Amino acid sequence: MKSLAELQAIKDKMKDKVVLREGTGEIRVVVGMATCGIAAGARPVLNEFVQDVNEEGLSGKVTVSQTGCIGICQYEPVVEVFEAGKEKVTYVKMNAEKAKDVVARHLRGGQVVTEYTIGAYQA
Amino acid sequence: MIRSQVLICGGTGCTSSGSPKIREEFAAQIERCGLTDEVKIVQTGCFGLCSLGPVVIIYPEGTFYSRITVEDVKTIVEEHLLKGRIVEKLVYKDTAVTEDENVKSQIDMALSDTAFYKPQKRVVLRNCGVIDPENIDEYIAMDGYQALGKVLTEMTPEQVIQVIKDSGLRGRGGAGFPTGLKWALCAPNKAPQKYVVCNADEGDPGAFMDRSVLEGDPHVVIEAMAICGYAIGATKGYIYVRAEYPIAVKRLNIAIEQAREYGLLGKNIFGSGFDFDLTIRLGAGAFVCGEETALMTSIEGNRGEPRPRPPYPAVRGLYNSPTTENNVETFANIPQIILNGPEWFASMGTERSKGTKVFALGGKINNTGLVEIPMGTTLREIIENIGGGIPGGHKFKAAQTGGPSGGCIPESLIDTPVDYDNLTAIGCMMGSGGLIVMDDTNCMVDMAKFFLTFTVDESCGKCTPCRVGTKRMMDILDKITSGKGELEDLDKLEELAQYIKTNSLCGLGQTAPNPVLATLKFFRDEYVAHVVEKRCPAGVCKDLLTFTIDKDKCIGCGMCSRNCPANAISKTDYTAPGHKLPSYAIDPSKCVKCGACMSNCRFKAISKK
Repeated sequence: MKSLAELQAIKDKMKDKVVLREGTGEIRVVVGMATCGIAAGARPVLNEFVQDVNEEGLSGKVTVSQTGCIGICQYEPVVEVFEAGKEKVTYVKMNAEKAKDVVARHLRGGQVVTEYTIGAYQA
Repeated sequence: MIRSQVLICGGTGCTSSGSPKIREEFAAQIERCGLTDEVKIVQTGCFGLCSLGPVVIIYPEGTFYSRITVEDVKTIVEEHLLKGRIVEKLVYKDTAVTEDENVKSQIDMALSDTAFYKPQKRVVLRNCGVIDPENIDEYIAMDGYQALGKVLTEMTPEQVIQVIKDSGLRGRGGAGFPTGLKWALCAPNKAPQKYVVCNADEGDPGAFMDRSVLEGDPHVVIEAMAICGYAIGATKGYIYVRAEYPIAVKRLNIAIEQAREYGLLGKNIFGSGFDFDLTIRLGAGAFVCGEETALMTSIEGNRGEPRPRPPYPAVRGLYNSPTTENNVETFANIPQIILNGPEWFASMGTERSKGTKVFALGGKINNTGLVEIPMGTTLREIIENIGGGIPGGHKFKAAQTGGPSGGCIPESLIDTPVDYDNLTAIGCMMGSGGLIVMDDTNCMVDMAKFFLTFTVDESCGKCTPCRVGTKRMMDILDKITSGKGELEDLDKLEELAQYIKTNSLCGLGQTAPNPVLATLKFFRDEYVAHVVEKRCPAGVCKDLLTFTIDKDKCIGCGMCSRNCPANAISKTDYTAPGHKLPSYAIDPSKCVKCGACMSNCRFKAISKK
C-alpha cells in the first residue's frame, strides 16, 4: 500500500458489497416472490432490479428485497416501492424491461411510472 | 449479481453450537436451488447473543434467525431466499413484532432496536458480526486502515499521543491506566529497538471479550498497534494470545498475512518511511502471564513470572527495551478515536471514564453473551434489560466483576453506574469485563472459594504471601464450608487477605483476596450462617445440607430409594393418611447429598436445608 488513494480505491470497490448489511436504504423495493410470483416470472424482475440498482450506483440509497404473496396473484409479478414519507407505489405485471424502466425513471429520476402501476390496470 | 447475503456467526460460541455445519448446509442448499450467483454466504465474528446460537442474519431484510439446526437450513433457503417468505418460527422472538402498515408482512423490526441491542453502543464491536474477519477488503470498506493512513500522512507522533490523551481512554484490561499517558511515558525513551505489545492473554473465568474482538475484527488490533508503533517510535509488535483460542489465532494469522500483502504491515507503509511488523506469540494459558511483566518474560522465552516495577515497561520492558503494552479492547478503540476525534469519544461515558466497555455476560442470566455499553450504564440496565433478567423466576443476588481479581456488587448497589471509579469506590473493580450474574441459588462462600481455587492454582509461586497465603485462606474456607468454622476464622481471613495484598509483587497476588473480602463485606451474614448455624442458606455447600423426606407427602413409590447411589433410603413403618404405601426415610449417616432423590421425586416430598 503506497498511498491513501489505493486504500480509497479498495474501499469504494467494496462499499457496495457491504452496504447491503446496513439495510438503511431510503427506498425499499420489494418483489413478490411467492409461488404465484415466481410462476409469473418474478425472478428475472428481481435480478434486473438488483443488477440495475448496482449499475446505476444506487445501492447506498435503494434496498432490493423480496417478500411472499401479497394476495393479488392475478397481477403478478408485483413490485412495491416504499419510500419514507411517501405513499407506497405498487407496480404490477412486471417484466425485466419494465423493471429497467422503473429503476431509471422512478428510483433514479424520482418520477412514478404511472402506466405500470396497479391503478393504471384497474382503471 | 448478489442480491442477498447470509451472515453466519463464526465466533467460538456459535462454532461450538454447530455453525460450521450450518454453513456447509447453506452452501449445499443454495447451490441446489440455483441461487449461487445471487446469494452470498459470509462468515462473521460474534453477534453477541451467544445463548441464541447458532445465529444467522439474512440481508437485506436483516432477518435474525436464532438457534438454527442443520434441518432448518433447507426451509430457510427454500422459503426465505427462494420465495421471499420469512420463516417466522425461527426468527428471534424479540425482533418478531409486526410493524406498521408500510412494512406489512415483513417481520423486520431492526435487530438494533431490540432490548438486547438498543441500549448498546458498539465502538469496539462495531464490525463484529458485520464483516467477514478473514477478508481485509471488508474491513477496508468499513473505514479500515483509514486511521493508520491519516496518522502516517497527516499527524506527528506527538499529535497522535495528544489525541489519545484528550480522548480520556483508559486501559481496558482492568486497572484503567490512562492510555495516552502510557504512550507518552514510552515515546521519549531512546533505544535502538522499541516494542508494542498486545495483551490478548484473556484469563478470567467467564471472560471472552478479547477473544470475540480478535475473532470478529482482527484487523482493528493490527491497525491500532501500527498506530501505537508510530506514536512511540516502535517498529516491532507482539501479540501475546492464548493457544486455547484457535479461531482467534487462525484469523489473526490470516489478517497479518493480508495486511503484509497490501503493504499495511512491513516497510515504508503509505510511502511515509514508517516500518512496522507483527509477530504472534502463543501463551500456554497461565493466568499470571496476563500480568504485563510476566507476559513480557514469557515472550522472551522464559518462565512466566512477574518482575518488580520500577523500572516500568515504558523504560525497560520486552528484551530490556522501552515497551508499550495495551489490552485488545484498548487497541480496538484507537482507530475510531483517530477518525472521529477525541471529543467524540469523550462525549460517551462518565466524568473520569470515557467511551464504552465490553462485558461478557454469564451465569444466571437469560441473554448470555457479549454486550458493549457506554460507561456509566447502571448494572440494573445491563442485567434486567440487556441481559433479559434472571431465568426461572429467581431473584438477583449479586454480580461478580473482575474475575478472580474482582469483587461482587450486591443487589443493594444494583443502581450503581458502572465505571472505573464507582466500582473501586464500592470495593469492587471493573476488571477486564467478565460479568457473572448470581441468583438466590448461589452460595457466596462457595463463589469466593471457586475464585480462590483458581488463584491458588494459578499463583506462579514467586512470592510467599501469594503462594502460601492463598492456600491458607483456602483451608479456612474449606473449614467453613464443611461446618467446622469458628467466628474467629472470619477475622483471620481478613487479616491474611490484607497481608497478601500488601506483600505480593504483582497484580495476581495483590488482588487474589478480593473475592473473599468483597463477599465478607456484603454477605457476612452468609458466612455467619455457615459458621454459627452450620447451614448454607443457598443450599449449595454439601457438608451442611440435610435431605429429608416429608413423611406425609411421600406416597411410597420408591423412586428415591431406587435412584439413591448410597442405599441411604429405605421404607418405614409409617403410612400417611390417604396413602396406600408406607413412606420412605433417609439415613443421614449414609447420605452422600447428591440430590438424586430430590430430582427424582415427583411429589415434592424431599427437601434440603
